[in-house]
Parts: sequence; structure tokens; C-alpha cells
Amino acid sequence: MLPVQARGLVKAYGRIRAVDHVDLTVDAGDIYGFLGPNGAGKTTAMRMMLGLLRPDGGEVRLFGRDPQHELPAALDGVAGFVETPHFYPYLTGRKNLELLAAFDGGGAATRVARVLETVGLQGRAGDRVGGYSQGMRQRLGLAASLLRDPKLLVLDEPTNGLDPGGIRDMRDLIRDLAAQGMTIFLSSHLLQEVEELCTRVSVIREGRIVYEGTLAELHASRAPRYRLRTNDQSAARVVLAADEAVHDLADEDGELVFAADEAAVLALTRRLVECGLGIAALVPETATLEHLFFELTEGTEHPHRLEPVA
Amino acid sequence: MSARPTTLTAYRWELRKLAAQKRTYIGVGAAALLPTLFVIVMAFQKGGPYDVPLGHNLRHTGIALALVVLTFASRFGAQLVTALVAGDIVATEDAGGTLKMILTRSLRRSQVLAGKTLASFTYVLALLLALLAAGLIAGGIAWGFNPVVDLTGRTLSSGRSIGLAFAAVGVFAVPLVSIASFGIFLSVVTRNSAAAIVGTLVYELFMEAVVGLVHVQWLHHYLLSAQFDAWHGLFQTPVYWPPIERAAWVSALFALVPLALAFWFFNRRDVAGD
Repeated sequence: MLPVQARGLVKAYGRIRAVDHVDLTVDAGDIYGFLGPNGAGKTTAMRMMLGLLRPDGGEVRLFGRDPQHELPAALDGVAGFVETPHFYPYLTGRKNLELLAAFDGGGAATRVARVLETVGLQGRAGDRVGGYSQGMRQRLGLAASLLRDPKLLVLDEPTNGLDPGGIRDMRDLIRDLAAQGMTIFLSSHLLQEVEELCTRVSVIREGRIVYEGTLAELHASRAPRYRLRTNDQSAARVVLAADEAVHDLADEDGELVFAADEAAVLALTRRLVECGLGIAALVPETATLEHLFFELTEGTEHPHRLEPVA
Repeated sequence: MSARPTTLTAYRWELRKLAAQKRTYIGVGAAALLPTLFVIVMAFQKGGPYDVPLGHNLRHTGIALALVVLTFASRFGAQLVTALVAGDIVATEDAGGTLKMILTRSLRRSQVLAGKTLASFTYVLALLLALLAAGLIAGGIAWGFNPVVDLTGRTLSSGRSIGLAFAAVGVFAVPLVSIASFGIFLSVVTRNSAAAIVGTLVYELFMEAVVGLVHVQWLHHYLLSAQFDAWHGLFQTPVYWPPIERAAWVSALFALVPLALAFWFFNRRDVAGD
């Protein structure tokens, strides 16, 4: 059974489709990054996954169970939070966890001390949550999720509000949990975080999935780009523009930037020399995830942009 | 995850949450303060509300004090406190973002709401018992625990009078539970504490207005406002049961309809936003 399988998920608010026919497939053991700009529909999709929102169309299954019709059983082995985790401010951190453990049943109550230690909150567990910083609440949110001993952990922007040390610790913890066999589904708009942690990603834009796959596939899906500097840029431009294998030709900072595959570039260098041009620099440009992300979520300028999978 | 939690789990934790909040004690303290203030005011004046049911016992016995205070409370105060508790119980968790936290655990939504409903009923009962206990203590200290002369002019022993006072609080609580049920319904539907509290009070005022404006006597008997006087039947010799029986079924109807709607809605509604 797949940890997460969403098919044709739709959620509309009036005329606006916050989530528009979203398909997601998360395999066991994935650290799955759910990427998208603010307002793209990430949180709405995650709320539907956890049974907090009713979809207007489609369905989501967690380990084969439908959270719309099989709660609370559909959340067995599943834990997480959407948006900032919230707690009762007048109760201590430990009491909040005891309450949630009681609501979980099973052996959750016996795990309270352990999860507090895991997230490094054992020293402040006796303090009221009202006095906690945002970062401490975030860590308590993770502790509350771990109480359920989940096989699938759903985290919405887990490093939000954490200081650099806290971010590092949280990422290490996520890696450790994944190494123990837990499947992690995390939403983020921090591309570095996704690149560091995730094995697979999906990118959502205006409610639609525009990419789903591995990061390596995402990088490979884009035609290689090159920067060219010659002794006569105008003449070089004419040569490049005449070549059908060259795409996305542009001038940037006095250099010609273009996309082409390697064989086309080899032929191109010969042609440039035949035309009497001297090549000062021909540098392959590696696309960063950030660049790819902006192409997918904002740009339309690149014809090699991936087609929507939904 | 084995050994699923039950409604009792939700109920116990709702009570613990109430016990951890200052405002819970402010409410109980205010309920306990009322009879004490009443005694102090009477100590500084000669007259008193002798015309209200059991009012003629004031200054003769402290046992009747809480019941006289209850008569005044039934005009608005009890409903206000009930609306404050019931209107807030779900909406505050919506606003605070904790609802989505507890609804992604292993309890059914209906169990969560049942726990909250029972806890708000318990709190209403606790307020009334605090008022009664404080009334017995303050009244006893001021006027002693002498026998009570009931509404038919018969003298009841002190022990029987105290027992009947507890029973009267129980009968008084029945329509109050119906008010609480309506408050819970609004708390679920509006997701806004202020709207639910004000709405509950408007609901009660509407029934009072019907009594005042619509001169159809039989209709008055079947509105909630009339049920707050049902306990008077206990202080008649022999006990006059019809108003108590009517209070039970009329209040049950006024409780079951909003509760059924609240559960139906709560099981289906979206939980969104912080």
C-alpha cells in the first residue's frame, strides 16, 4: 500500500479552485518534498490528506484508506501538522502531549518522555506553552506527531520559525527518522531544504501539479544551457539564431545564453570557427533548483518547461 | 494503534482543560459570591424580596437563600454564564487552531464533540452547586439551618429542605442544559465565540419576548423560560410533579434538536484556517 496516493483532488472556494485535479504518489521510504509558492494550494491539499477538509472531487488514500470516509482508522500510522502547530497555552508542554497521547490511545502515553527528549524539549516540558517561542512550538508539534509512532509523517514547513541551529537540528532529525524507515511528506518553500532532504518532489502552481518526480529527473528534464562569448557577438548571434537546434537564445551581461544538447553545441563550435569567429568562452550552465522552480511556478519563457502531469 | 480512546477520554481531558483555566474559577467564584453578597445586602436593610417563591423564609432560615438567589439568577444571569461556557467551547478551539490538532488523532469527531458537550453540562452543574453550597453556608451562618415553610404553607424539616434544595438545583439545571445545547450548536456552526455567545443570549431573550408579547398561555408552558420555575413543584406538599415532568420533556426537545444539528454539522464541516 502506498503511503499517499491522491487522484484528481479538487477543492474550490467559490469560483477559485485552490486545488485543481491534483495527483500525488508517495512511495514508502520517500522524503517527499511538496513545493510551491505561498497560496499555490499546498496547505489545502495537505488538509484534505489529513481529513480536515472535504474534497469537492477526487480522493486521497493513506496506506489504502480514505480519510474522508474512514476516520480515524485512516490516520493509523499517520501523523503530522498543517500550518503552525497549535497547543493549549494554559497547559504545559508535557500536559499537551499527555492530552494528545490520550486522544491517540494505544501506547502513546508511554512515549511522552521519549519524544520530548528527541526534540530537545525535556528541560522546558514543565512550562506552559503560552511562554514558548515559535521554534519551541514547532518542535513540540514534531513531538506530538512522533507520539503516534507514525509510518508516514506529514509536515508543513517544519523549519518555520527556527533559528539556524534549530533548522539544522530539525533537518538532521528528519533524516534520522527517514533512515529509520519513516516516510516523510514535507511541504516547503525553502528550495535549499528540499534539495538537501528530499528524494522526490512535486511542484504545485495555482492548484495544479506541474512536476512530480525525482530531483535528478527534474534537472535532467531541462535542456542544457550554455553561455557564449566571442570576438563578435553580433555575428555569433546570427549563427546561433540560424541553428534550429538552439533554443531560448538571449543576451545576458554581454554574453549569449542558449539551450542546446551537447551534439548541437559541438557542431556549433565548428560553424562559429568556420565563420571566422574566435571563441573566448563557452561555459555550460548548471540549472539550480531555484531556477527550475521559478520556471515551473512563474515562467513561461522556456519551451522545455515540463508539461503539467495532472 | 490498538485500544482506541473513548468519549470518556475526551470528557476527562475537557474537564482537565477547564480546571487549568483561571476563567473557570472566576465563573465558579462569581456563582459562589452571589448568595454571600445577597446576605450582606440584606444585613444592611430591613426589607427583602419576600414576595418571590420561598422569599418569606429569608431571615428565618438560611436554607432558602440559594433558592431565592436562583429565582433572580433564572431571569438572566444563569443563561449568561451558560452561554459564555457553551458558546466558547468549540469556537475557541477553532480560533486557537487546536481543533485541527485534536481532530487528526484517533478519536472520532463525534467523540470529541460529545466530550465537550458533557464537559459544558458538567460546568453548568458545578456553577449551580457552587451557588447552592455558598448559599447554604452564607445563609446558615446568617440565619441558621431552621425548617423551611414551603409554598403550600407546610413546614419542612431542615434535612428534607436541604435535600429538596439539591433536587431543585437539579431540576433548574435541566432547561439550562438546553440553553447550553443551543450555545454548543452555535459554537460549532459560527466558529466564532462572540457570535455564539450573543446568539445564545438572543435566543433566550427571544423566548422571554414571546412570553411577554404573545398572550397565549398554553404556549408559555412549552417554552424554555417557563421551565426555570419547575422546581417550585418540589416545595409543595404533596410534591407537584406535572411542571417537573413537563420541564424534563420540553427541555429534552430543546436540547436534542440543536445537539443533533451540531453533531451532524461537526462531523461534516471543514476545519480550516488558524
